[in-house]
Amino acid sequence: MTKTTIPVHLDINGHLHGLDIEPRVTLLDALRDRLGLTGTKKGRDHGQCGACTVHIDGERVLACLTLAAQAEGRTVTTIEGLAREGEMHPVQAAFLEQDAFQCGYCTPGQIMSAVACIREGHAGSDGEIREYMAGNLCRCGAYPHIVAAIRQAALEVAS
Amino acid sequence: MRDFSYFRASSVDAARQAAALPGAMLLAGGTTLIDLAKCGVAEPETLVDITHLNGLNSIEVNERGATIGALARMGHVADHADIKSRFPAVSEALWQAASAQIRNMATIGGNLMQRTRCPYFRDPGNFSACNKREPGSGCSAIGGVTRGHAVLGASDACIAMYPGDLAVALVAFDATVHLGERQIPVDDFFLLPGTTPDREHAIEPGEMITAIEIPGSSSARRSTYLKIRDRQSYEFAAASAAVGIEFEADGRTIRDLRVALGGVATKPWRARAVEAALIGKVLEPDTVRAASLLAVEGAVDHGANHYKIELVPRVVARAILKLGETA
Repeated sequence: MTKTTIPVHLDINGHLHGLDIEPRVTLLDALRDRLGLTGTKKGRDHGQCGACTVHIDGERVLACLTLAAQAEGRTVTTIEGLAREGEMHPVQAAFLEQDAFQCGYCTPGQIMSAVACIREGHAGSDGEIREYMAGNLCRCGAYPHIVAAIRQAALEVAS
Repeated sequence: MRDFSYFRASSVDAARQAAALPGAMLLAGGTTLIDLAKCGVAEPETLVDITHLNGLNSIEVNERGATIGALARMGHVADHADIKSRFPAVSEALWQAASAQIRNMATIGGNLMQRTRCPYFRDPGNFSACNKREPGSGCSAIGGVTRGHAVLGASDACIAMYPGDLAVALVAFDATVHLGERQIPVDDFFLLPGTTPDREHAIEPGEMITAIEIPGSSSARRSTYLKIRDRQSYEFAAASAAVGIEFEADGRTIRDLRVALGGVATKPWRARAVEAALIGKVLEPDTVRAASLLAVEGAVDHGANHYKIELVPRVVARAILKLGETA
């Protein structure tokens, strides 16, 4: 049986990509399996863990519950697009400095979520950081260091 | 996930026509629908993507009330300055729901179409009996693990709990759902399961939510949403209450009171008996606690969800007394 595919054009990290995909392909699978951008992780694949967090038009969303076709005409940023000219984003640097991970699997999603959390103005206190980062699970339990990294990065971004 | 065809609507009329065809469903934020398609619960033949439509995401607030476009995102409404000041319960219900990522995706119209989290409904591979999914097949939840199931509004056919937060606040403040030309009270939009739990919303094929409207009031302005859950964040309610209050000039006598419940019923549940018992009374802790017991009049538990019957009156009383402290 021939599968029905549709053409989809995606703007990922400033590069345009033309894909021919089945409509059911999620943005997460398109990133990982078609474009080789495997920094965005697949955890639960049901919108429960946040490992697949990317930015669409500057806002954090879940790539596992977004159809690739829905992202056409939008600007998508993944963890691979965060660094500027080889220089780590302040949030990436803060995660390294604070040792804010153990196995690292949730880390790209944590960092993408944290960048947006700070930009939204929801990183004003540890309590607020915890509330607005609740959609990113870390099964290693690195939460205290993740909160410390976001607190540090929020101060750096503000100064 | 079964394959489907994809149609990107360029107008509301085109979306409504396409979605009226057999096997077609509207796709907005996708946080419920794509999830349920992966579970094998939703099996659309065509998804009609409405997220590229213009002009349906506005948030307008004035003295008369708020009109929120169906495609406004939950997160944007939660953070809107006028929603926060004039409808605090609405903002609080929204920011305590889901996660920041999901709130950036999920739309207000899609939120009203959210389906139950009943684990039996969500798992057709292991539980074939579900009257909500397959009318007449039975209910796997009755006699099963019921900690998260409804104690109010259930029937012999279905005890699935309505999991949402926003609609609880909307029911409390008499919001209306705009379906193009037609408008209906949000309380009537959500249907009791009765003998037809597969039918959850009073929306017909070819209809589409275009906006919700919330009348402004003093009780909406002094309101709150208290949500109690098994963990502090990113969790559905064990029990919740949207409460709004207006006092007489003495600052102690209750002129208007709105109470609605979440996490405990088969639909967003207005607790009118509590309102009637307290309107005209002076706000006193003992009076409030006694009246709050009326919130669970007629409640029936299924074993593991009995705790909700104990919890609800306390949640209601705490929310009302909290609003009284700010008088």
